[in-house]
Amino acid sequence: MTDDLNDLKSALNAATPAPDPATRAAHLRLAEENFDNLQETAKAARPTPNRLIKGVQMMFKGLTTKGALTLTTAVIAVGIVVITPFGRDLLSQNDELGSEVVSEEVIGSSTSKAATAAPVVDEPAQAINPSIRTQGRNDQVFVEDTPEPNLGTKPEPVAPISAPEVKQAPAETQNMVHALEAPQEEAPAETPIAANQQGDGLQIPGSAGMGLIDGYSIEPDNINEEYFADSDVNLEFEIGEVDRSFEYDSSRQQALDVVIPKEPGPSAEVANTEAFSETTPNALKITSQAPVSTFSIDVDTAAYSVVRSSLMAGRMPPKDAVRIEEMINYFPYDYAAPEGTEPFQPTVQIGTSPWNEDKKLVHIAFQGAQITERPPMNLVFLIDTSGSMNAANKLPLLKQSFRLMLSELQPEDEVSIVTYAGSAGQVLEPTPASDRNAILSALDNLSAGGSTAGQAGLQQAYSVAETMAAEGEVTRVILATDGDFNVGISNPDTLKDYIADKRETGVYLSVLGFGRGNLDDATMQALAQNGNGQAAYIDTLSEAQKVLVDQLSGALFSIANDVKIQIEFNPAAVAEYRLIGYETRALRREDFNNDKVDAGEIGAGHSVTAIYEVTPVGSPAILNDPLRYQQVSETADTDELGFLKLRYKAPGSDTSQLIQTPLTQSDPLDNEALFAAAISGFAQLLRGEDSYLGDWGYDQAIALANSARGDDPFGYRSEAVKLMRLAKSLDQR
Amino acid sequence: MTVSDEDLALAAAGGDRQAFSSLLDRHYDKLFGLAFRLTGQQAEAEDLTQDICAALAAKLRNYRGDARFSTWLYRVTVNAAHDRRRRRATYMKASDGWGDWEVNRQAAMSETAAQTDWLQRAMNSLSDDLRDTLALVLDDVTHKDAADILGVSEGTVSWRISEAKKRLRALKQEEEQV
Repeated sequence: MTDDLNDLKSALNAATPAPDPATRAAHLRLAEENFDNLQETAKAARPTPNRLIKGVQMMFKGLTTKGALTLTTAVIAVGIVVITPFGRDLLSQNDELGSEVVSEEVIGSSTSKAATAAPVVDEPAQAINPSIRTQGRNDQVFVEDTPEPNLGTKPEPVAPISAPEVKQAPAETQNMVHALEAPQEEAPAETPIAANQQGDGLQIPGSAGMGLIDGYSIEPDNINEEYFADSDVNLEFEIGEVDRSFEYDSSRQQALDVVIPKEPGPSAEVANTEAFSETTPNALKITSQAPVSTFSIDVDTAAYSVVRSSLMAGRMPPKDAVRIEEMINYFPYDYAAPEGTEPFQPTVQIGTSPWNEDKKLVHIAFQGAQITERPPMNLVFLIDTSGSMNAANKLPLLKQSFRLMLSELQPEDEVSIVTYAGSAGQVLEPTPASDRNAILSALDNLSAGGSTAGQAGLQQAYSVAETMAAEGEVTRVILATDGDFNVGISNPDTLKDYIADKRETGVYLSVLGFGRGNLDDATMQALAQNGNGQAAYIDTLSEAQKVLVDQLSGALFSIANDVKIQIEFNPAAVAEYRLIGYETRALRREDFNNDKVDAGEIGAGHSVTAIYEVTPVGSPAILNDPLRYQQVSETADTDELGFLKLRYKAPGSDTSQLIQTPLTQSDPLDNEALFAAAISGFAQLLRGEDSYLGDWGYDQAIALANSARGDDPFGYRSEAVKLMRLAKSLDQR
Repeated sequence: MTVSDEDLALAAAGGDRQAFSSLLDRHYDKLFGLAFRLTGQQAEAEDLTQDICAALAAKLRNYRGDARFSTWLYRVTVNAAHDRRRRRATYMKASDGWGDWEVNRQAAMSETAAQTDWLQRAMNSLSDDLRDTLALVLDDVTHKDAADILGVSEGTVSWRISEAKKRLRALKQEEEQV
């Protein structure tokens, strides 16, 4: 590039203004709205478009210079007929005959078509100042209208017409032009008359006549379709000062696929109905003031899948969708397995925090026992078949997922399918899992669509489940939805209570989320929490494999209920502490010993991780200054950072058992703990809670996760690193 | 490691709303910039951008992923600009975009006159074809892509660029003589 161009380039760059933010937002909204409209129209089966209009469009497209020329010639012919004495004679004769007869005989079909198109034509006739300019090569004929005074345009008494005879009889010219002014009615009658009268050698092709007439009705649609296409139509219709493609009145807009809101009001707001529970991050606590931290465990994994689906689509996930504990607990960890009859084994590790070497991480892990033999299960699939499920990553994925899962069931397990919204009721009677064909065909017959049936899907599912339940069996309802919780109980609190009641009868509830767009993550989580179940979000078939095949027994068979954790920190050793994640799982201190209070479940083989960040006494990282008037705790035993208490109920039991263990200075964090730390750091970065992380960013998270990846037999951890790298790129914008 | 424009575009063509939003969000500023270079007027550029935004969803359905998305979008923009120009011409609005712009700019800011004067004169001295080609090439589009976008041969693009350079050089000489 030469200097000239470089100069120009820099000048041009300097001159190019930044887009106005408001306009930009309006444009984006407009585009999205049109996108949505397009999806909606695409959803419905498209009836064959109006063939008449299409045919007329085709004709109009075919109207080239040649056609226009013929038309011009016809217009002159009309002039001659009207003006010359010979023509007048003919015309008066013709008047006697009655023009209707002629028009019906000659262009019967075209008038009827014009009449059909008339409703479309009416509207623009008011706004249009119809001056028609047809450009021929040899005969420079300009026919402009002499408008009626009430149209309010500039009075131009004499139309400039090149044929000298015409000038002598302006009155007739006006007559003729009148015909053109209301083209949809009179023109079809007049034009053929001319052809008829002139007869010899002057043939007006029907398409030309119709092109003129219907041009008014078609042109706007035509612009819409052909918007960016090159069109070689030489007929230009001038429509006043109106920019005709986009400034039409509202009635016109119905005909356009593209909607231009004149003023984007609140109604133009994007309807994204995804809901995530809003949480404020756990605050830093001062041990001397609040030494006790209590929470319920959480084995949900939905947050990680949601984050992955966002990142894979090239977007940062919504901050509230990132629940740190769910991110951490998504991964299988190689924690020490319980021995003997204990349902799970706690492991505590304390080591230097990766993002602040003056702080420590307390890593608390529970590994649930693997079960070798489980009792028979009764599963009721409650499947949302509303129209919104009709997307590749919803119902079809759900069917595939359940097919995968079926292979994991044992012959004595029973399956039933209940649908809600759209198709009605129980679609599969309780069927033994060994009868695969019956279950598979019932699954295949599921189809999404229709409006919400509003039936009591949930109640029905539970009543089916109750008929299936038997002594020593596990019964569970699995709700699969994209966020439409119209299950028969509309009040969320009533819904939660209902599920909690049913939980007491031994029927549990798990929730599987599919698809994005109106994913109601908050409700999903709340329901599963109340139903003693797990909430998982299934975005890919491999996620279905993980949740419903690899970890099926964990998802469906719990080995310990109402697992609560309480930690009392030792003020002599710990100045400040912070629980990372578990915001939605916090319990009050007194709830710990109250067996009535519900908490999370641990499934067979599940592992649960909780991470505290603690600041040791005397560390330079302490954020709060000691208070002057508080009693300083006497130097006690500082070997113990705190004391861990854990309560759980064995399945079927109402009373909890207590496990206690001190948090002592132990080995440094092993690979498993370091990977969990990397994920917790990553999740905090995604949530934008990096105030505690200092300079620690994505690069450090990637390095830490890579170094602690271990065997990674399923590739989950490599995938996490991939997501970190994605987030790093996306977050830079 | 971001998702490529092409993947987003295909996802959007398949009905992924968020893919569509983020795709447009990614490209809007560039789109507007090109619209400005093609029209030379902020209001015109905004209108042009609006036209494109309004029609983009429907247009995108025809995107098959055979061209780079940015190239495809440039083509859409250039075609839309042609279309607008053609329509404008019929309104007998003789005022050329850059001419209007010149008037406005001169009224608004005379202090930067020296630099922008030259720009206006330079852009005004070029025909639409040359200006379109130049707008693309100055936006770091390769000659090959520009040819693809404008639907002409690569040789034509190169010729237009050298032609534009000639005009600019001539303009500069004139200036220096004055």
